[in-house]
Amino acid sequence: MLPEHIREPLIQKIAAAEHPRELVVDVLLALQGHYGHLSDPAMEEAAGLLAMTPLELEELATFYTFLYREPVGRYVIHVCDSLICWMEGAERLGDHIGRRLGIAPGQTTADGLFTLLPVCCIGYCDRAPAILVNGRAHGPLTPESLDRLLEDLRAKAADGPAPGAGPERGTP
Amino acid sequence: MTMTLEELQGIARIEQDRQGGFSHHVNVCIAAGCLSCQSGQVRAAFEKEVARRGLENWCQVKGVGCLGLCTAGPLVAVEPAGTLYQNVAVGDVPELLDALGASPVARLDAADHAGFFERQRKIVLENCGRIDPERIEDYIAEEGYQALYQALRGMSPREVIDQVTVSGLRGRGGAGFPTGLKWTTVAKAPEGEKYVICNADEGDPGAFMDRSVLESDPQRVLEGMAIAAYAVGASRGYLYVRAEYPLAVKRLRTAIAQAERLGLLGRDIFNTPFGFEVKVRLGAGAFVCGEETALIASIEGRLGRPRPRPPFPAEFGLWGRPTLINNVETFANIPPIIRKGGEWFAGIGTAKSKGTKVFALAGRIRNTGLIEVPMGTPLREIVFEIGGGIPDGRRFKAVQTGGPSGGCIPEQFLDMPVDYESLAQVGSIMGSGGMIVMDDSSCMVDVARFFIEFCMSESCGKCAPCRVGTAQIHHLLAKITRGAGRPADLTLLEELCDLVRHTSLCGLGQTAPNPVMSTLHYFREEYTAHIEERRCLAGTCRAASLEEAL
Repeated sequence: MLPEHIREPLIQKIAAAEHPRELVVDVLLALQGHYGHLSDPAMEEAAGLLAMTPLELEELATFYTFLYREPVGRYVIHVCDSLICWMEGAERLGDHIGRRLGIAPGQTTADGLFTLLPVCCIGYCDRAPAILVNGRAHGPLTPESLDRLLEDLRAKAADGPAPGAGPERGTP
Repeated sequence: MTMTLEELQGIARIEQDRQGGFSHHVNVCIAAGCLSCQSGQVRAAFEKEVARRGLENWCQVKGVGCLGLCTAGPLVAVEPAGTLYQNVAVGDVPELLDALGASPVARLDAADHAGFFERQRKIVLENCGRIDPERIEDYIAEEGYQALYQALRGMSPREVIDQVTVSGLRGRGGAGFPTGLKWTTVAKAPEGEKYVICNADEGDPGAFMDRSVLESDPQRVLEGMAIAAYAVGASRGYLYVRAEYPLAVKRLRTAIAQAERLGLLGRDIFNTPFGFEVKVRLGAGAFVCGEETALIASIEGRLGRPRPRPPFPAEFGLWGRPTLINNVETFANIPPIIRKGGEWFAGIGTAKSKGTKVFALAGRIRNTGLIEVPMGTPLREIVFEIGGGIPDGRRFKAVQTGGPSGGCIPEQFLDMPVDYESLAQVGSIMGSGGMIVMDDSSCMVDVARFFIEFCMSESCGKCAPCRVGTAQIHHLLAKITRGAGRPADLTLLEELCDLVRHTSLCGLGQTAPNPVMSTLHYFREEYTAHIEERRCLAGTCRAASLEEAL
């Protein structure tokens, strides 16, 4: 169950909305922010809050890129694979990340730190090649600056709270 | 609370006096591009150093929106000297402060980019790089909310629409539908709840105009929406912003809270019966949601898929009510049109394309960044004078406009004016404003394959022509770039493109074949070289391994 300080404001927001359903993405993002991903119990909880069926939520949760129905790592890395980034070497960059982390797109590292996903144009073409880490844009990246970024994230994870507890992730 | 004109002017005057009290202004760009190269630290360093030297009353340090020349960030503009510094680091701060009132620091001076700025004309971006996007007072000091006052207190809704119609403004989201006509349709719809929606689901590859406007001058968009709501008889509005733009969302929320606090949004605005309430809705990553009926479905909490039109949202939109949907840049044009009059706006641009257009320059171009030029500016001027030409001594090949819905414009059309009609004539579209420059190292077949792959993965799958058609076109293009194409494939490609274009449900599918058709038209020799000679003329695409495929 969601802690009170997250659950209560959601209930109030839903109650105040003329059409509670319009808050579905907000609610799903809030649950994802807490749990890390939209597990079956999380989906049921969201459905309960919104008076919708889990099935109605299912088609939404699997439609949007930034809603995760499967467990993800503490840091979700979205590599932009659209034209500008591609012209600036996004394929090489994506391969480099994959090799560094030892995972393919769609996979999560064994330590639960990183998930690697492709994404279509994120609108940071002025910083190509660019990636998002938990929704935050980084770029232009070289293999070297990317290695530094990954190291920084690892160091931050070592200091911070255990995976699964941070509201930082999952909410772009 | 509600605000009077005197109070609004009072805020403007206090702000102008406050800013006028400084001898020097250091404006640090805090749009996402510059922030990602540490402009936030540069700003903090300026603040700290100014305080350490006890110059707080002499020099103002301000975070401002996009200064345009994103390629050279972090950017710092110094006024009144009019100096723009590029690639500024924290360590440069003392030296730059020493230079205030003296000659500029030559090694950081962006003077060699003068061509980038000289040929621009700013209406939408007039405040970008000048005001602090997180302070409404700064916007008010630049005539902010004067247009809303003028509209509410001095004009009937009909008169507001007339000015927009006279201005000749056309939708900046891409299709170029006359804005005045759209507003008229919504205004004429039966009384009752109506909605105004701002489409900020910018998704075309190469496009970042709307992000920059929202990050740099969010109040302008809110004011434009409020004027539109008054004109069409709506009292509620939504801003649908893609989740990839967290900074834009944050600044919008700040802007809404500040405008509400001053009574510029909410009830009885300027002591009139007009009230307007705005909510921000987040997309969650789906390109198709930029299509208006999909966007409405997404706001309603349903699957973000398009539906057939008619009925158009102007008659049957959000919750089945008449709904006005315009793009960020369209709304951003409204306050100056009301302030200065439709005739003034109509005096800028070409016969059928009025005003200015914001473009995001990207790709193989020296000055990557955000620009605004009068409609009708020749493409050559944009690419070579403002954009600074092609880097690394390479040769210009094409400009792609309109993203996955647009086409590639070859060298022979470099002198054409950039407006809706001229772009359509050469098989492209204005689109939302992404301009991707390509040089001789870009394989046009691979570019076409790339765009169709984008549409294939972003197709929502509702209609078969788009779902299946884009996959089949992609299959053929992949085959050709692999070196396995046959001459008959080109005919098949053309037939498929024609089919997808004419039978898809929404704009995504209807325009998806455009990049393929335009490259087939202008760069057919590249296709035939792949097929007949097993050769990639650009020598870069995966066809580099064509020999092995033989």
